[in-house]
Amino acid sequence: MRTLVQTLLASGFFGRNTPYDLVAAIAVFVLSAAVFLGVAFPFAGIVSWVERRVWARIQSRVGPNRVGPNGFLQWLADGVKHVCKEDIVPTDADPVLFKMAPYLVVLAFVLPWAVMPFSSALILADLNVGILYMTAVTAITVVGVLMAGWASNDKWSLIGGIRSAAQIVSYEIPAGLSIFPVVLMTGTLSMQGIIRAQGWAPQHWFLFANPFTFVAANILFISALAEGNRTPFDLPEAESELVAGFATEYSGMRYLFFFMAEWGNLFIIGAIIATLFLGGWQFPRVSNNPVVMNVLELITFNVKVLFLVFVSMWVRGTLPRVRIDQLMTLCWKYFVPIAFANMIGTAIWVAIWPEGNPVAGYIMFAAGIVVAIVFIRRVVFYAKRSQMELYYYPTI
Amino acid sequence: MGAIGSYVENIKDAVTTIFEGMAVTASHFVRKPYTVQYPDRTEVRVQDTLPFRYRGILEVDLEICTGCLACERACPIDCIVIAVEKDPATRGMIISQFDIDIAKCMFCGLCSEPCPTGSIHHTTEFEGADFSLESLIRRFVKEPIHAYKAKKGPETDPRLAPILSRGMHYLDQWAQPGGDKPAAGTEES
Repeated sequence: MRTLVQTLLASGFFGRNTPYDLVAAIAVFVLSAAVFLGVAFPFAGIVSWVERRVWARIQSRVGPNRVGPNGFLQWLADGVKHVCKEDIVPTDADPVLFKMAPYLVVLAFVLPWAVMPFSSALILADLNVGILYMTAVTAITVVGVLMAGWASNDKWSLIGGIRSAAQIVSYEIPAGLSIFPVVLMTGTLSMQGIIRAQGWAPQHWFLFANPFTFVAANILFISALAEGNRTPFDLPEAESELVAGFATEYSGMRYLFFFMAEWGNLFIIGAIIATLFLGGWQFPRVSNNPVVMNVLELITFNVKVLFLVFVSMWVRGTLPRVRIDQLMTLCWKYFVPIAFANMIGTAIWVAIWPEGNPVAGYIMFAAGIVVAIVFIRRVVFYAKRSQMELYYYPTI
Repeated sequence: MGAIGSYVENIKDAVTTIFEGMAVTASHFVRKPYTVQYPDRTEVRVQDTLPFRYRGILEVDLEICTGCLACERACPIDCIVIAVEKDPATRGMIISQFDIDIAKCMFCGLCSEPCPTGSIHHTTEFEGADFSLESLIRRFVKEPIHAYKAKKGPETDPRLAPILSRGMHYLDQWAQPGGDKPAAGTEES
């Protein structure tokens, strides 16, 4: 960044006596706009299309396949439609808060990209409190959602906002406690530090490091889904009960912002899990060329993240919504005690084997493979029992 | 079973049921979707898959229309308008107008039942959407035409014979619900 600004100044494009800070500010704005408009927002849009296609296949439907090749441009059509719509502010709404709320939600979606470890070199800022920063800024969502619910001056919105606040604040606790085991084992909060403590092979991932981290990974994933307002925890926007929850009064672009943030958050959820438990960008050292290695690492990281994004869509297509009391029961009676037990268990584990137990990794990985094989057998069983011709094409 | 037992039981239930549920939905990824992508991505036209006796939009074979007005009289909502006049030269009938208002038609099939030759009949066509009511009126007579005069015995005109046999086949189908015996060929008038 600094070298870029100095190169720009030296080129003389901005005139002779331009202050350094001004050019730096322009560079920051332009670069962040490029990253968000070129990566984050298209990702959110494309995920909306992928998600609709995935659900459709789960429900034996086809999904949007008309706009562009296989419906790929559906997200652009939807986006243009929403942007062109009238921006309605209800008469009794609080106009300032009402207009501000979507920006806060989007803010909570774009800030985590600063510490997103795409590869060993591709990271905007390798903060030494990276994972803490990640959990902290994603929690800003609750302010935006609560603000939207309150400012809409609508009972549905208010109930949705309050539910969302209760849900996000509650699930922060098991999510935070599930990050603890990893921090205990690595002794660092930096994203790159956590990834470097793992290896490229699955048995060196923290997912399989010991039984406690395996449970922690699952709790973290479920809690992250709950924080992202995803089914089965989409109570704040429960369509059948609350119209659209906190987004009821919104229309056009502001409505789009909420959902863009929700879909974009999938990437952040996937990135947190991939970084903490799945070895992040770790790839076997096949080349000494840093460019080649960084591209391979980028691909590795994205494959892991996109797999987790797919799993969250799959979960959304599978599980029904839980009740609000079940949601709280799940959090406070199950996740919080188990997460505490995990933390203590990992602490004891680290006390016994400060360098980690290599045998445990292999055993855990073998157990994971056994579970995967059992799962695939069940899938084949259900596919055969359906008496339908099998059809392996992902698109139609 | 105590509180601890039910607690562990709940966790076990949750894990196993989610495991099975995910397996069920995963099996759907390899199943073929049921969706029929009407209208443009079906293997055959939907119209061609419909049964013969499907009551679609009405059609008239003017070559075998006798101008008897039976359909006009049978129509309960007067959506058929026919004008016939005697041709003084040949003493035959001339049909100068045969309009069916598809916008009014309720597809009851009462007009095709009394038709002596099967001239007025339903097709399997059902896509009638248009931008104006006016264009929904089907005008079958472009210029006045001689009405068909049924002959005694089989139809000898090789041009009309297949049309008439088709109409008769249609009437047979109508008379015999569920039956599809071959066409009678002719009808004594």
